[in-house]
Amino acid sequence: MSASTASADACVAFHGVSKNFGDVAVFKDLSLTLPSQKTTAIVGASGSGKTTLLQMVNALERPDSGSVYVFGEPIPHHQLQQFRHRIGYAIQGAGLFPHLSARDNVALVARLLGWSESRIEQRFEELLHAMALPANVAERPPRALSGGQQQRLGLCRALMLEPELLLLDEPFSAVDPVTRLGLYERFEEVQRNHAISTLLVTHDMREARRLADVLVVLDQGRIVQSGSPDDVFAAPVSHYVERLIASVA
Amino acid sequence: MLRNLCHAVLWACVFIAISVHANQSKPVRVASKNFSENYLLAEIVAQLLEGEGIAVERAFGLGGTLICYQALLNEEIDLYVEYTGTLSQAILQRPELTGRDELNAAISDRGIRLLPRLGFNNTYAIAVRRQLAEALELRNIGDLAKHPQLRLVFSHEFLERGDGWPGLSKRYGLPHRVEGIEHALAYQAIADGAIDGTDAYSTDGELSRYPLRVLEDDLAYFPAYMAAPLARADWLREAPVAAAWVRRLADVIDAEAMQRLNAEVAVNDKSYAQVASEFLDAKQQTLGLSERVAQRPTATLWTETSGHVVRHLQLTGLALGAAIFIGLAISLVVFSKPRLANTVVYFCGLLQTVPSLALLALMIPIFGIGFTPAVVALFLYSLLPIVRNAVTALSTVDLTLVRVSTALGLSRWQQLRHLRLPLSLPMIFAGIRTAAVISIGTATLAAFIGAGGLGEPIVVGLSLNDTDMILRGAIPAAMLAILAEFLFAAVQKRVSRGYQ
Repeated sequence: MSASTASADACVAFHGVSKNFGDVAVFKDLSLTLPSQKTTAIVGASGSGKTTLLQMVNALERPDSGSVYVFGEPIPHHQLQQFRHRIGYAIQGAGLFPHLSARDNVALVARLLGWSESRIEQRFEELLHAMALPANVAERPPRALSGGQQQRLGLCRALMLEPELLLLDEPFSAVDPVTRLGLYERFEEVQRNHAISTLLVTHDMREARRLADVLVVLDQGRIVQSGSPDDVFAAPVSHYVERLIASVA
Repeated sequence: MLRNLCHAVLWACVFIAISVHANQSKPVRVASKNFSENYLLAEIVAQLLEGEGIAVERAFGLGGTLICYQALLNEEIDLYVEYTGTLSQAILQRPELTGRDELNAAISDRGIRLLPRLGFNNTYAIAVRRQLAEALELRNIGDLAKHPQLRLVFSHEFLERGDGWPGLSKRYGLPHRVEGIEHALAYQAIADGAIDGTDAYSTDGELSRYPLRVLEDDLAYFPAYMAAPLARADWLREAPVAAAWVRRLADVIDAEAMQRLNAEVAVNDKSYAQVASEFLDAKQQTLGLSERVAQRPTATLWTETSGHVVRHLQLTGLALGAAIFIGLAISLVVFSKPRLANTVVYFCGLLQTVPSLALLALMIPIFGIGFTPAVVALFLYSLLPIVRNAVTALSTVDLTLVRVSTALGLSRWQQLRHLRLPLSLPMIFAGIRTAAVISIGTATLAAFIGAGGLGEPIVVGLSLNDTDMILRGAIPAAMLAILAEFLFAAVQKRVSRGYQ
């Protein structure tokens, strides 16, 4: 099948995916391939379906028809837990568990998988360092941390199991501009060292241009333009894309 | 030869051991209803048997005729003192039966028997304030009809019984609007002028204490209420010696004697045990009793109260423990299925609406009387706050966090263990706290089905209109409830720390 050959160098591939929420069609026959070891940004206004698209990759949402290939294979619905352990996930506002310390938030799944404490500690320190977090945050509960620190911990948690694929749902949008620049730098450094396949959902064209290798513009469930950020910025194909670019200029 | 002898001796020993054991392991279970005279008569029966070396288990203060009667049918007790009128009217609903033989014929298929009468008729009477009676020239019950403004207040049982108010008002054409009151409080209420008249028992000791006039039942409405022990037929067969002693009480207490005995308790503030003991001392010759030993020293206030507190804690602790365990198990199963969860919470709410005493009474056919049915009833009461809080807390955990935990690859069990449960703990504890306070309060009613606890002094105190006695149960119960409130609040605060 062409689908499997297309998936060979692709990390994620959507083939003719349709998805409805009640009477509202979110996607209709959408096909899209995300390259391995690159960062792909899905950009669109609110309601364009970008979060739903992202959540179909780790099976938080399932398409009504069509198929989603991840790591070259259809999503294994009978082994979702193991599958999801291979995928990092970070969201706007971080979504840290309020009853766990920063360390326990990051280490939770590794513990459940039976990692040794020394391995956990080593990885945790690595991540703290990579995210430029001071060691003294480890024992604090999330509410005792700043928004930026929480967001970085969210990224630590997403990276803890050394995932092959990273799903980022606007993880940089709920913090102030200065903090955001710091977060970009941390993320870029991680990507320089590890080149993890990344799907970044954002409404911020400038953020997409800075972080992504490939840019996909989504409007009401349809892909209106895709290509390298420079190409999209140089030649927007529609008024909608122009306005997305203009809104951050 | 020697060997045979050894065998014979051995078997004899075994036989004696078994029979002695059987004799000792089955104490006579004597019960009483929750009013003063019945307590006293039960205590007399109990002390009579104890004086003859027969062990007795007391289940006193059971909440009403039907609870006593049910307990007897369920073989939870061996005997209690009943009244012929109550048996024919309230239990059998065959008011035409009056004689002992007729009654025994009617109940023979139920495995119970009425023993010979104690000798007095404690019928209902209508008592009004003497001053008022003189002013209005009230002599007969029928005279009340001319004064519909009189405030008549009756005991709850009297209001309900076929031979009570419904029939009485019809027979005499009484137009009054009436209300219910705890019998022991009625006399005080008359004396205070809060009410004008009430039902009385013709042997009540208070009749001589308060300025009352007993109205003539000139139409002979009230049937005879001859007091007599009602016992299980099996018990009469199995314990012939004890039964023979109880039978000796036949015709030894006439109405005047009973009123005097009642007055000793009600007016002279003697304990049931003391009055019973004095009565048996006086009747030693007549009844042919063994040498009466000095009465065992009565328990001090402290040992008595601590005993009640311990029992109270056992009742509530066991019920609460079971409710936490089972309530949480149910919640964990149903919380993710909204319709099922709603049904379960609704059902628990339904249980809560059953009046406590009614729920306790409903337990008797299934669990008998005493500790077990009380624990079961308290358990059912504790379920609602625990299940409702747990289901609500578990099903309203922040959806974003649930999504994140799913995306992290947590199984449903791991989500429950590491996210839903810890986040729900504060609210679950709030539910447990409510349940604890409710069951400590409700457990005071358990005394009505013979389960003991701090309700016991309250029930006895109510039957005696003895405020001191009531407070001996009410104050520790209130203190326990407050203590539980503080304790669980502290635990709740501890488990909530670090959340938000």
